Amino acid sequence: MTTRPLLLTGGHLLDPSIGLDGIGDILLVDGLVASVGGSIAGPDEAEHVDCRGLHVTPGFIDVHCHLREPGREDVETIATGARAAAAGGFTAVCAMPNTDPVTDNQAAVGFILAQAAKANASRVYPIGSISVGMNGVQLSEMGEMVAAGAVAVSDDGRPVVSAQLMRTALEYARTFGIPVADHCEEPTLAHGGVMNEGVISARLGLKGIPSESEEIMVIRDILLARRTGGRVHLCHMSTWGSVELIRWGKERGIPVTAEVCPHHLTLTEERVGQYDTNAKMNPPLRTQRDVDALIAALKDGTIDCVATDHAPHHNDEKNREFSDAPNGIVGLETALSVLLTWLVTPGTITLSQLVEKLSCAPARVFGLPGGTLRRGSIADVTVLDPAASWTVKGSDFRSKGRNSPWLNSTLSGRVARCIVGGRQVHVLDSPA
Amino acid sequence: MSVLGKDLLDLESLSTAQITAILDTAEPLKAISLRAIKKVPTMRGATIVNLFFEAPTRTRVSFEFAEKRMSADAVNVAIGNSSVSKGETLVDTARNLEAMKIDMVVIRHQASGAARFLAERIESNVINAGDGTHEHPTQGLLDLLTLRDKWGSLQGRRVCLVGDVLHSRVARSNIHGLRKLGADVGVCGPRSLLPNGAEEALGVTVFDRIEAAIEWADALNILRLQLERMTAGYIPSLREYNRVFGVTRERLERSPRDLLILHPGPMDRGVEIDSDVADGPHSLILDQVTNGVAIRMAVLYMLRGGRPDLAAAGMAAGE
Repeated sequence: MTTRPLLLTGGHLLDPSIGLDGIGDILLVDGLVASVGGSIAGPDEAEHVDCRGLHVTPGFIDVHCHLREPGREDVETIATGARAAAAGGFTAVCAMPNTDPVTDNQAAVGFILAQAAKANASRVYPIGSISVGMNGVQLSEMGEMVAAGAVAVSDDGRPVVSAQLMRTALEYARTFGIPVADHCEEPTLAHGGVMNEGVISARLGLKGIPSESEEIMVIRDILLARRTGGRVHLCHMSTWGSVELIRWGKERGIPVTAEVCPHHLTLTEERVGQYDTNAKMNPPLRTQRDVDALIAALKDGTIDCVATDHAPHHNDEKNREFSDAPNGIVGLETALSVLLTWLVTPGTITLSQLVEKLSCAPARVFGLPGGTLRRGSIADVTVLDPAASWTVKGSDFRSKGRNSPWLNSTLSGRVARCIVGGRQVHVLDSPA
Repeated sequence: MSVLGKDLLDLESLSTAQITAILDTAEPLKAISLRAIKKVPTMRGATIVNLFFEAPTRTRVSFEFAEKRMSADAVNVAIGNSSVSKGETLVDTARNLEAMKIDMVVIRHQASGAARFLAERIESNVINAGDGTHEHPTQGLLDLLTLRDKWGSLQGRRVCLVGDVLHSRVARSNIHGLRKLGADVGVCGPRSLLPNGAEEALGVTVFDRIEAAIEWADALNILRLQLERMTAGYIPSLREYNRVFGVTRERLERSPRDLLILHPGPMDRGVEIDSDVADGPHSLILDQVTNGVAIRMAVLYMLRGGRPDLAAAGMAAGE
């Protein structure tokens, strides 16, 4: 099936990767960017889309999400996750391997790619596990997984407890040129914790997770990256201390990259309120000091990119005692709007900086195609309407998950169209 | 709607006026327990479920006496013989009970926030009889009543909680209640059993030495030290705990004043408190138990819409 050429006209082209920031057209042909900028007269058969009043950016890339298939198809499938990604402007997402069974071999990687192809929405790149069954003992067959299409390895959801295993993983993964993404959590310190350790946990009588549980593993991983030359990617950073440690590592040229989630950039532990399980995630929401440091780190490049840690859960599992509810929230469909509302609208960061963090940077960090509108690159494009205002309704989500701390919030900015390989996979207010 | 609202979940969210109203209501109710026939018909027809997810305690006994003396119909549901142990969720358990047309639930649960979780999902009044390591509001209230009986007012008085504040729901309710009534609150214990940043989080003064706490305080509320805290590694041994933090007569004798001694029970004599202190002249431990019934009667009465100012009259009329 060939796709008609697509000509997006009159939009505000915004792409920091090539310094593009102004009104112009873009032509997508045969899955690639054929021409960008200025006024373009497309071929006769091209489909024209009027983008006046909208921003046209390289497609967003989420290097951290949980699509739950195989194993928990009741809470998300690769198809529903890929459609949720499209609705959120993500033309590609990286699926974490903590499924059941774990994505720890080439066949499992192939299954994810096959399901994604059938879904026909956003691209899905599998992340393989570091260890077999995420058991923290034996390395997975990373070479075969990379050959099958895995783009990184991670035991996310579980920290790599053994420093020796982490060291070996960094060395082995280096052979194949992929990053090792780590969920930084020192398990004996974090044991039993359900929220940030601090003023609120003391009042609510909930066991806290101290910042140091993250920071100890951050510095361990940075030191091991220094030793091995392997590329370590630090998942969902949440503390000001982690920011300082990453800065220390980057100043020394150590190969470390890091991501931060929209919720850690916009919410604090106060959001737990009276035991709201939609404010329960790991790492937990921290303090304003942490939020401020994370924003500054995102701006100055200490933290490379934004990732959602999209983690759908069944309502029955979230609708219970706080200490027994699972960690995580959905994020694919709210990430852009949350960051526009809390960071861009107040002027904390520019829209261009946000596009860099949602698109260009994640492509660089994980070595993925896209993240640019450069001529000849893949035709993954997001069209957004920064002026649109909408109220978050769980029933409107493409994701099966409803576990969002922003339900009933009114957010500004919305994805109008999501284009993958030159094909529109999501158009606002019409069936995807 | 009662002056307390639908539920009694914690003391943190109650106003000073609401706490005072409960204490004032409890005062005349004490007399009922002193009569030959310890029963008033005030809550006749009200159905109460005592939903205890932890092993039955003296708290449940105290609630049961309060319910029976107010003529309510009470049913005990304990985890051992309910379907909870078969995996039923808290919300389903509650809905099933409510479908039997009950009026109130007294809940004891191991999860912090469980009482509020329940209260937000059912129409019956909910009384928190202890949720995890969060609060135990009726215990806090009975401690306040016991001290107020002695002092008349708590304004400017100094009360120190001694021991495992970190895991104590009794401590949190005491701290909020005492501060709202104008007392200064201290906490004393090994730092591994105090919340990190307790001063800021809870508005208390921290004492590392029991001797300093004794010198400072007008009353000590000595918390139970659970054996599990030692096996979980919070303290090296009960023996050392007693040596460093145990409240002994020798230590009390160095106090410039006669300290009042409270303990929520059950006591581990020889660990956190010595027998000659527990049974000594300034011990209010049994007054606490007596007041516990009155406080729980007052809470039941007020949540059912009883007016505090009519409590005394109402009880008399019911005689």
